[in-house]
Amino acid sequence: MDLLSDLFLDYTLRTVALGSAALGVVSGALGAFAVLRRQALLGDAMSHAALPGVALAFLVTGSRAPLVLMIGAALTGWLAAAAIVYIVRASRIRTDTAMALMLSVFFGAGLVVLTFIQRQPAAGKAGLDKFLFGQAAAMLESDVITMASVGAVGLLGVLVLWKEFKLLSFDPDFAATLGMPTRRLDMLLTSLLVIAIVVGLKTVGVVLMSAMVVAPGAAARQWTNRLGVMVTLSALFGAAAGVLGALLSTTAETSTGPTIVLVATGLVVVSLLFAPARGLVWTRMHAWRSQRILALEAVMSDLAALAAQHSSDATRPHDVAALHAVRGRALVDRALGELAADGLARRHDGGGWSLTPRGLAEADRLARMRRTPDNDL
Amino acid sequence: MTAWLRTGDPFAVQATDLTLAYQQRPVLWDVDLEVPQGVLMAIVGPNGAGKTTLLRTALGLLRPAAGEVRIFGRPYAEQRRLVAYVPQRGSVDWDFPTTALDIVTMGTYGGLGWVKRPGAAERSRATAALAQVGMQAYADRQISQLSGGQQQRVFLARALVQDAQIYLMDEPFQGVDATTERAIVDLLRALRADGKTVVAVHHDLQTVAEYFDQVTLLNVRRIAAGPVEKVFTEENLRLTYGGRVAGIGGRGNGTPLDMSP
Repeated sequence: MDLLSDLFLDYTLRTVALGSAALGVVSGALGAFAVLRRQALLGDAMSHAALPGVALAFLVTGSRAPLVLMIGAALTGWLAAAAIVYIVRASRIRTDTAMALMLSVFFGAGLVVLTFIQRQPAAGKAGLDKFLFGQAAAMLESDVITMASVGAVGLLGVLVLWKEFKLLSFDPDFAATLGMPTRRLDMLLTSLLVIAIVVGLKTVGVVLMSAMVVAPGAAARQWTNRLGVMVTLSALFGAAAGVLGALLSTTAETSTGPTIVLVATGLVVVSLLFAPARGLVWTRMHAWRSQRILALEAVMSDLAALAAQHSSDATRPHDVAALHAVRGRALVDRALGELAADGLARRHDGGGWSLTPRGLAEADRLARMRRTPDNDL
Repeated sequence: MTAWLRTGDPFAVQATDLTLAYQQRPVLWDVDLEVPQGVLMAIVGPNGAGKTTLLRTALGLLRPAAGEVRIFGRPYAEQRRLVAYVPQRGSVDWDFPTTALDIVTMGTYGGLGWVKRPGAAERSRATAALAQVGMQAYADRQISQLSGGQQQRVFLARALVQDAQIYLMDEPFQGVDATTERAIVDLLRALRADGKTVVAVHHDLQTVAEYFDQVTLLNVRRIAAGPVEKVFTEENLRLTYGGRVAGIGGRGNGTPLDMSP
């Protein structure tokens, strides 16, 4: 594959891959917490709200240095989050309304400032519009270094305050009764999420960045029941989506953000369908299998009941019609076939059916199990 | 360690004149809560009477407009370690990716301080607490795979691990099966035998007299409080529940009032 050899030889591709991996790891890890804390939409509001920050940072400093633009983005993104919290606390407006409101207000303001910049004759204005849908191809080594160092701050925060953030995400009230400053922790974790967002902003774009926050976490949740594993998996999924999407968009010359998001969505779809225990395919098969087992047990208990009426000869054959009379015909016939295959029931020469001695023992065991009170509280 | 005892204060929990309002509607109005040491006290009242609010205010989770809460005679903030909280089971997302043991271990976080992670010592304490509520076999279960009663016991174990003096519980009996109810009652009595104090929001009027020593009847205001045999009377219940006496057996099962002792 050309792409693979290019990855190691081509400087641009390698830069793009490294940068996208960095942004994917950070947004995946912190996005996992956002998913658990039901803050997916907050991520969306914050990434849209980062746009005026980027534009204003450029307008004020005249610089396009990645760190300068990131700081601007972080400031307005954070401001939007604070505004949402304040509106919900101080008024009777609810969270979803407050988020939609702030998203559109900040994004609108960002577009206004952006068009204002576009009309200026000043040199160096070009490129800011790329913040809308993202562009990976233009990534420089300096971008990658900035992204990786800023992202490392976000990851470090999660590692150091792991137990605090875990408890905050699961049961903030309990955390408060232990004396944890939950409001400040909440603010800190939200700030780390802002960091994750601004790291990916230039590559993925403000419009779709929230997908990189939500998708890896949603996919990772399907595969595990441990927080540590989920956050790690989410980071890996984020990196995979970032690298794959960025490389595809660079070689196919499509918009980077949408391409990355499509790859991330692919991961989510596969996880939703095929993850063990939680995946749709798995749960459907599980339901189907337990239905089948229930049918087998029902027919066995019917046969055992018939046998009990002829206690002298328990394996005496009974007419299938007697079974059809109490259950569905198709269910009975299929179950009998399977019971016979398992050696639990057998068909006699005259066409009648009975349980085998082993089948009788099994039916007896099942009946006793059902009679014992369920000690699973 | 026993600094809390030196005050010689008769009340484990003493809240005075608590008032709290949402949008000009009082939820608690001038409520006193006095819990003697070493008793099991039920907080009883109709829906919307402010029972949970009273508990959350005592825990410092809500700031009252007026009034104060003292734990063994000193402000709650200084005595936090002496108080364990068992929230309503429905207050958290049980699909959170973690195990029963991990939830119980969270009860040790308060003593760990910042940054430090729980180690073998904390886990063994958590395991012991799980065993105390008969859940040791479920330590590694994902919490969403536990039944309602089992989840309630995990929450109780988390409070036990805190090794507190006072346990504030929000409807510990809600939605649990008979076996778990029995286990919780035994646990409450064991706590009392150890000299601990328990305050629980309780919905089932029929079991108040059997499970608890003391009761506070609440409906925005404190209607009555004291030993169950003195306070838990038909007259007081009528005052607490107003005209809606038909539905007071908790959750509208239409139990009549005449079951009061």
